[in-house]
Amino acid sequence: MTEELVNLSRLQFAVTAMYHFLFVPLTLGMTWLLVIMESVYVMTGKVIYKDMTRFWGKLFGINFALGVTTGITLEFQFGTNWAYYSHYVGDIFGAPLAIEGLMAFFLESTFIGLFFFGWDRLSKQQHLLVTLLMAVGTNLSALWILIANGWMQNPVGAEFSYETMRMEMVDFAAVLFNPDAQAKFVHTVSAGYVTGAMFVLSISSWYLLKKRDVEFAKNSFRIAAAFGFASVCSVIVLGDESGYVVGEAQQTKLAAMEAMWETEPAPASFNLIAIPNEAEMKNDFAIHIPWLMGLIGTRSLDQQIPGIKDIVAHNRERIVSGISAVKALEQLRQDQSNTAAKAVFEKHKADLGFGLLLRKYTADVGTATPEMIDQAARSTIPKVAPMFWSFRVMVALGFAMLLLFGLALWYSIKGNFAEKSGFLRTAVWCLPMPWIACEVGWFVAEYGRQPWTIYGVLPTHLSVSTLSPASLYGSLAGFIAFYTVLLIVEMYLMIRFAKQGPGSLGTGRYLNEAIAH
Amino acid sequence: MDMLLDYPTLKVIWWLLVGVLLVGFAIMDGHDMGVGTLLPFVGQNDVERRVVINTVGPHWDGNQVWFITAGGAIFAAWPLVYATAFSGFYWAMLAVLWALFFRPVGFDYRSKIHHPTWRKVWDWGLFIGGFVPPLIFGVAFGNLLQGVPFHFDDNLVPYYTGSFWGLLNPFALLCGVVSSAMVTFHGGVYLMHRTEDEVYQRSRRWVNVTGLLTVVAFSLAGLWLAWGIDGFVISSVVNPAAQPDPLAKTVVKQAGAWLANYQQWPLAMALPVLAYIGFLAALWLANRGRTLAAFVASSVAMTGVIGTAGISMFPFVMPSSTDLRSSLTVWDSVSSHKTLGIMLVAVVIFMPIIIAYTRWAYGVMSGKVTAAYIRENEHSAY
Repeated sequence: MTEELVNLSRLQFAVTAMYHFLFVPLTLGMTWLLVIMESVYVMTGKVIYKDMTRFWGKLFGINFALGVTTGITLEFQFGTNWAYYSHYVGDIFGAPLAIEGLMAFFLESTFIGLFFFGWDRLSKQQHLLVTLLMAVGTNLSALWILIANGWMQNPVGAEFSYETMRMEMVDFAAVLFNPDAQAKFVHTVSAGYVTGAMFVLSISSWYLLKKRDVEFAKNSFRIAAAFGFASVCSVIVLGDESGYVVGEAQQTKLAAMEAMWETEPAPASFNLIAIPNEAEMKNDFAIHIPWLMGLIGTRSLDQQIPGIKDIVAHNRERIVSGISAVKALEQLRQDQSNTAAKAVFEKHKADLGFGLLLRKYTADVGTATPEMIDQAARSTIPKVAPMFWSFRVMVALGFAMLLLFGLALWYSIKGNFAEKSGFLRTAVWCLPMPWIACEVGWFVAEYGRQPWTIYGVLPTHLSVSTLSPASLYGSLAGFIAFYTVLLIVEMYLMIRFAKQGPGSLGTGRYLNEAIAH
Repeated sequence: MDMLLDYPTLKVIWWLLVGVLLVGFAIMDGHDMGVGTLLPFVGQNDVERRVVINTVGPHWDGNQVWFITAGGAIFAAWPLVYATAFSGFYWAMLAVLWALFFRPVGFDYRSKIHHPTWRKVWDWGLFIGGFVPPLIFGVAFGNLLQGVPFHFDDNLVPYYTGSFWGLLNPFALLCGVVSSAMVTFHGGVYLMHRTEDEVYQRSRRWVNVTGLLTVVAFSLAGLWLAWGIDGFVISSVVNPAAQPDPLAKTVVKQAGAWLANYQQWPLAMALPVLAYIGFLAALWLANRGRTLAAFVASSVAMTGVIGTAGISMFPFVMPSSTDLRSSLTVWDSVSSHKTLGIMLVAVVIFMPIIIAYTRWAYGVMSGKVTAAYIRENEHSAY
């Protein structure tokens, strides 16, 4: 596998996944907001809540279409571009993906049709049930894909089989109840809810600033403020839970995120700001908060958090042990009855993945030089500066949104938000915040797992399909071209209908009824 | 479940289940892809085209999940097939994917803007999204039947050594015609069931043309397969209970080997026969206006066609033309006993539920889609 092929495959996955993730969080949040709005309609019979459901549903539909379009890419791509990965872990990773289809995609995709077209053919209660099932479907889909992703981060419940040359499932329950997956699921869907709430809050604020469709905008604002405040609290609390889980399962990610080069005596201090120096393995500058890191990472005062230098030294030992595992495996592939090789393999099996890291530097792992082993050990830590800063951007945005939704809720309770033009203007400008937070959050999780696709088990370097770099340049160019055009079209429609507002429903109750004609 | 069923049984069950998912895909996503293919031809003005689009508007998204789930199930049950086929057929898979891009946006965005050029562009987008995937799937099956140039190294890394253009050989293209014509036929029958007047009449003409084309192309492909294409046979001892390792066997190529299963199990002949009876019955029923029965018959016919391809190759799934022992079969390209068992439980639980609510959704939206419906729902219909 050439470096070029691996980098291009990674770039293509990153581009297509991050693009897909522009649409997913909004879908996750909007479906529940639609459920809330429609529930109010069914309970009170006030038709304005039906109009809200339909109008926000229309914008949701424009977004959903691209979510579907870009989602299929991701399922294809494991096979097209990550063939060895698909073989090596398909026995475990494929199951949640297939169950996602059976349990979640069918549900959301079948009921979204009735959501849009069933208004006149279903009773109020039936239609609400349809909307609810659609929301359950989208959220279940997040659950299953994050169970799959959680397993990539923390591969529990599986073992390598030398007979089939792959990882095999030994404990499905462990895969399902993987703490990494559970923490990720709640954190990610909450981030989606915040995104939905911000979308409705910002656009409603814009209507209020323009003093148009005021009742409609006020009702939408209030729902978004309450839902958004609850969700942003949940994102932050569950984000802390994620941090704790990462500390348990992925010390390399935590150390890089926090630019912790040395192991400090417990409880470790937290680097609020730092300028990491990759070459010398230290921070050129840092502002510390004593104790905080130890508390977040271990929830104790006496447990140490290992620093990067210690982790590298420890991983070097695992690589050396991994060399024995790789050599024994090669012997077993020639002759499965070789009991001596089998004994060696069983002893070093846990470090097999670390041995495979050396394949990046040499085809024959047995002849790896000490320099190669050093290089491989050093490569087990992702680059520190991008991790450190993107994590801080995400956290800062989280707290900024906490403040925004806190104020929005406060003004909603007081009932005077329609006059707070300064606040409304801020709310409009804050619209991109949750998207940026979601994207950098995704980056921290996935880039932070490098150099592995399956943490500690399968190096990224070995996971790719044996394609030519020319194919990759071609497909990457194709994806970028398609996605750019689609994004322009989507933004055009979104802005057009957001500007037109509820008048686009053609009910005769709102402004701008005629624009679309 | 893995306690109840032994490994060989589960391997065969999963071969059947992948078949069921592909048949489900052909019946469900097939009819809306057929509708997409016919859209520019049976709808001559904007209202007619909206009628055509709205026959599948509420359902295409759910139907597409058959495709996604079939892909996911192949990943979970046959990871080596998923890895080897998707990476080997790289550009063909991307062509399918990029064609599918036009569907969600085409359906949802087309009627949101009134401009005629805007709508025309999405109409052709929906055509591409309906026409290209079944064509390529047919071509892919045509290549599977001939063997595909790939091999594994000792670590089971797959290498594909053919080119994209090599996939477009005459037999494969003929299989592409079978698949494309059959799906378009199926979509045409569905359109007859859901429309009236001009659209109905034009759909009927397309049903007659594509129905006959399907029967002729299917017959030609069958004759070619029987006398012109060498099949594959496992020449070493088969142990269906063994841990899957494709490199542990030997394989030979043999003239007429793809007919061997029909000699061993004469009942398998029922599949091609079902295809013929289904197509002819569907044609007859459609021309008598019994459109729902015709839809059922064409579904049966497609089951026959897909089943014929599957049973001819059994136990092979993806034979290798360049390194025979690398060929993938139902015995040696599957997941572990445990995963197959878990996935079977998932299918047994969810498939009936899916079928039930899909049926309910079609029931809610049943009846003819008319020009009057489009005018009344100017702002909400696709």
